[in-house]
Order: sequence, then C-alpha cells, then structure tokens
Amino acid sequence: MAFDDAYDALTDHQDDARWAYGTGFTDPLAGVSGDFPDGVDRSDLATYCLMLGDDALIMSHRLQQWVTRAPELEDELALANIGLDLLGQARLLLTRAGAAEGRGRDEDELAMHRGPGEFRNVHLVERADDDFAHLVARLCAFSVWRLALLDRLAGSRDPMLAGIAAKGVKEVTYHRDYAAQWMVRLGDGTALSHTRMTAAVVALEPLLGSLFQAHPVEKRLAAADVAVDPGELRADFEQVWELVLTTGRLAGSRSGDERLGGSDAGRDGEHTAAFAEILAEMQAIARTVPGGVW
Amino acid sequence: MNAADVVGTVADPELPMITLAELGIVREVRQDDGAVVVTITPTYSGCPAMESIRADIRVALGRAGFGVVEVRTVLAPAWTTDWISETGKRKLAAAGIAPPGPAPVRRAGPIPLTLGTRPATVVCPRCGAADTEALAAFGATACRELRRCHSCREPFEHMREI
Repeated sequence: MAFDDAYDALTDHQDDARWAYGTGFTDPLAGVSGDFPDGVDRSDLATYCLMLGDDALIMSHRLQQWVTRAPELEDELALANIGLDLLGQARLLLTRAGAAEGRGRDEDELAMHRGPGEFRNVHLVERADDDFAHLVARLCAFSVWRLALLDRLAGSRDPMLAGIAAKGVKEVTYHRDYAAQWMVRLGDGTALSHTRMTAAVVALEPLLGSLFQAHPVEKRLAAADVAVDPGELRADFEQVWELVLTTGRLAGSRSGDERLGGSDAGRDGEHTAAFAEILAEMQAIARTVPGGVW
Repeated sequence: MNAADVVGTVADPELPMITLAELGIVREVRQDDGAVVVTITPTYSGCPAMESIRADIRVALGRAGFGVVEVRTVLAPAWTTDWISETGKRKLAAAGIAPPGPAPVRRAGPIPLTLGTRPATVVCPRCGAADTEALAAFGATACRELRRCHSCREPFEHMREI
C-alpha cells in the first residue's frame, strides 16, 4: 500500500463507504420496494418527503452545532445521538424524495447541492438557540409535533413512508422524553433556571402556530391517505405541551393569540436569515470538493 | 456451511460480542440460482454501522465461496429489542451490558410522555443487584443508556428497550 496520502494508510479500499461524505454511501433504502401507491402525484410525494426530510436534516444540523458546547458530557452524547437519529430519518426521506422526483438526484445531491429556496423545512428547525433552555424548548416542541405526525404517518398508504414513520416513532419517543424532562427540570429548578426557561418558551411560542397549518401539498396527499394533515396534530400537541409547561411551572409563559400563525413560509422555500448560515456551513465541504474521497 | 450459517457467524461491528443473527437484524437469507440474497433491518434509522454490516456480510459470504451476494434492507416491521435472542442477551450481560427487558407495549391512543424515571428493573450485569438507577438516557451508541449500581457502585451500560 502506498503512503503518499495519510488516509490511504488508514482506509481499507474494500469498504471506504464508511468514511466521510461522498465516498460511496449506498442507497439507504437498498432493496426496499420502491413502488408508489396508485393515484398519487409523484411530484407532490417528492415535495412532501422533502418537507419531512428537511425538517429532520436541519434540526439534526442544529443539534450537531451543540456538540462540544453542551453543559455536560451526558447531554453532549444525548444531543449527538438525537441528531444521528434525525439524520438517519432525513437520509431515508431524501432518498425517497429523489426516487419520487425521478430526476436522478440522490440523498447527497439533495442535502448538499440544493439552494435555500429549494429547502422545505419549517422555520422552527432553523432557529439558532440562544442557550440550552432555548434548545430544549425547541427540541421538545419539535419532538412533540413530529411524534404525533409520525405516529399517524405510520398508517400511510405509501408503504415506504409508513415504514420510515413507524421506525421514527420509537426514536422520537425518547427524544421527546429527554427534552421534556429538561424543560421540567429547568422550569421547576432555581430562580435563574426558571427565568431562562420561561424566556425560552416565550421566544418559541410564536413559531408554533404555523406548524398546524396545512400546505396545499399536504392537503392533497392527506386526502389520498398518503400524508398527515398537520391540523389534526394540534389537539395531541396541546395536550402534551400543556402537561410539560404545567409540570415545569411554565404555564404562565404562554402567549395565547400569537400561536395562531399563518402557514409556514419555509414549506414554500422562504427561510429566515439564519438559514443561509446553516447551509453555508453544512454544504461547504461538499460544494468545495464535489464527490471528494477521504 | 450453507449461506444462512455463514451469515450467522458475522459479528455486529459495534457490539462484537454478539452476532448479527443474535441481535435480530437478519431477517432472511435466501439462495436463488447461485445468488445469495440477505435481508437485514437497521436497529435505528441513523445506525452508522449499516454500511459496515453490509460489507461484513459480503466479505464473509465471499470467503465461504458464495460469489454473488445481494444485501437488502427492510424497514418494516421496525426492529425491536425483543428480537435479540436469549443467547444474545446472555452474551451482552457477560460483556457488562445489561440486556433490554421486554419492549414497551403500544396501547391505543397517543404515546404517553415520560416525565419521571422510566420504570425499569435493570439488574447490574456485574454483581446482579437489582438496585440500579439511570444516569443518562443516551450512551455511547444510539441503543444504549448509562446506569449505576447502588450495590457495587459501578456504572454500566444498558441496552434500551425499543
């Protein structure tokens, strides 16, 4: 073996797929039946898979930014693990989006070579966290919402979405518990932790209302029993969110009317200023060295 | 050896004390006209070991003389720790990882939120005491949590039930 390149000495070329981006990640849905249910618009299905996949991908990236910054090693591990679960969900959903779209784009292409206007994630996931309280509030709201969504999506007429969702339910159940327990611990903790946890909930609440407004794509696919109408999630969300806030002595931080927002512009590719910074970081290496091998 | 026996010997890359078969992720091994089709299922969606697992299966079958190998993935039904064999659970315990108890039973209605400690009777794999507590819900890999034994005072890992 030549040692011109240090990585050559480390990498067994038989299985370089385990190394870094662009080195031949195979289709994570390898061998899974790619059939599409009858009467479903493939373009709508691709867009819907991008919505759910981008939510997971961008949330995962935000969680990864906390690695080396978490208050304790145990939380570092938790956030990294949750980020990894969501990244796995994103890989499956983006691969499905690429297949439904039928333009030959794979998960890497979709994650690393789309511009901001093509991303379909909600604004909630792109928000930068001011502190750990903001993070756990955001992660809790996201997990409560996503768990309710995935649990219903497990009954989708698209067998692939149903399979991805049923698997995700088990993972997000743990994510939700983790974040909710931290919200209660900080809300019902010291005067300082209570103040900061309250501020985090107040800052977050205006972003929540739009999570329950259906995009036309979601409406059409929900009518075909393929997608979930997010409006159906509201009651479940409220019940759990209220329980967390009440247990954590945070109920006073509810902002009421502010939560009746319009539909989320992120679903149409319009993003907040923070999003450009996320993509710049996430896509930098893939765009600098397309298909690079390490 | 037939192909299923060969696949049965492949160790899990992250839990090398048990085989893929004992972990319950090998769903089917089929031989069709000289080709071997192995169907596996991931433990977690983001399991980073899937690429290694596919490669390890191909290498093992290749060494045993099976030339044409296809490794497929299925997602449904989703893997559960209930599929870990009794032998697998014994080997995990012997290696200091408390094996999972029965997976939670899904009841009708919304999935309940757990705000307190998840009720679990996890026995210390070192001294056998039942008096243990959770230290952290997430451990070195997605499937493990960290616990501590109140009897021997040692920390240990526990494979979470899913």
